[in-house]
Amino acid sequence: MSTSSKEQSDIAPPPMAMLAELTHRCPLACPYCSNPIQLKSAAQELETQDWIKVFQQAADMGVLHLHLSGGEPASRRDLVELVKAAVECGLYTNLITSGIGINEKRLDALAEAGLDHVQLSIQGVDQKTADLVGGYKGGYQRKLELAAWVHATGIPLTVNAVCHRSNMDQVPAIIDLAQELGARRLEIATVQFHGWAVKNRGQLMPTEEQVKSTTALVEKSRKELEGKLVIDYVPADYYATYPKACMGGWGRIGINVDPTGLVLPCHAAESIPNLKFETVKEKSLQDIWYYSESFNAFRGTDWMQEPCRSCDRKLVDFGGCRCQAMAIAGNAKATDPACHKSPYKEKIIELTREQIPIDNQTPFIYRGR
Amino acid sequence: MTTTPLTKDSIVYLPRGVRIREDKVRERTVLVAPERTVALDETGVAILAIVDGEKTLADIVEELSIKYNAPKQEIGNDVVAFLRDLQNRGYLDVKP
Repeated sequence: MSTSSKEQSDIAPPPMAMLAELTHRCPLACPYCSNPIQLKSAAQELETQDWIKVFQQAADMGVLHLHLSGGEPASRRDLVELVKAAVECGLYTNLITSGIGINEKRLDALAEAGLDHVQLSIQGVDQKTADLVGGYKGGYQRKLELAAWVHATGIPLTVNAVCHRSNMDQVPAIIDLAQELGARRLEIATVQFHGWAVKNRGQLMPTEEQVKSTTALVEKSRKELEGKLVIDYVPADYYATYPKACMGGWGRIGINVDPTGLVLPCHAAESIPNLKFETVKEKSLQDIWYYSESFNAFRGTDWMQEPCRSCDRKLVDFGGCRCQAMAIAGNAKATDPACHKSPYKEKIIELTREQIPIDNQTPFIYRGR
Repeated sequence: MTTTPLTKDSIVYLPRGVRIREDKVRERTVLVAPERTVALDETGVAILAIVDGEKTLADIVEELSIKYNAPKQEIGNDVVAFLRDLQNRGYLDVKP
């Protein structure tokens, strides 16, 4: 064990967090869905005992935080059982939910099972916007109910708002709503243009003014609300000077497992062609994290090309997002085109100008509708 | 500032969703909270070991000053600075 640990620590640190996409099934139909274009069916999903084995392996190799996600994780009938098992493994267990599919009784059972944290998505601050974006009538009301139940259990609540042109002007109201719902943490994440979101890029693209005012507002609110509400913010990278440190570096912090047990360095990694992924059905999580081709493909800095290779920020942003490099520069090893040093930055700027009004001629293309 | 000020009579506690645990793989003690992991140093571990939601801040300082044979003033400054930081990040609550 000790020799292999030494060898492993030369390859990578152990992962801190695991995202378990329990299912791709989801009642919502968000136009920016972050699940892959090809969804996995219910019949392909891992069984309860398979997931529990994966949680144990994750805990043993050093994962501290487990994020149960989807799709909508509440679509899994065994959700309470899975939470209980994860907590028993010592994992800090977070449920990322749309709120649909959890009634008060089920929430109480999750609390009883030891759930540590709930992250609830909102699509807007009023029924009209929220239900239009989520493509699910009555969804907004259900979210408000869930937030109240969570608050009553004492489980900390994070509100997660994906922002885009239709709801970015609501950010001040989103900050207020998060507090009203009793959240102690708010994630304001600008939509990331991968997978399904690309189909609606013109309708979703925020304006430069929106991005500037949101960034300023978040900074101001963070100071004002210190001790009351933590605000995490993912700014619009298309308008940024530097790319985001995607995943905190490939194969460095996080490990994702898809509904079928496929292990991915990031949830969109399947958009990179010719990268071979492995499954927990055939190998241990530990083997895959340290030794698989996919996890080592963009680890460290040796794979980098110019301008990343000689850049003094290469250990700050790790070259940005590999999937975005693939999608826009056509090369997964290229500098993230969001970076001002990328030769493709002009292309990104052009894309920000292709804003399409959302109306009857060009409605959202909903996921799964 | 919006947080409750810490006084010698304050009774502090870790709210649900904030826990201390051993991180065996990395050989350290950490505080786990929503989306965050905070590595605790020896002082942090010693302070949180006696934060039980019953003792007042004055009790905690007293106990630590005996344990480490150090002046209360000095210990008090360390304790308040540490706990205030946790409080500002939402990892520590004060009983009403």
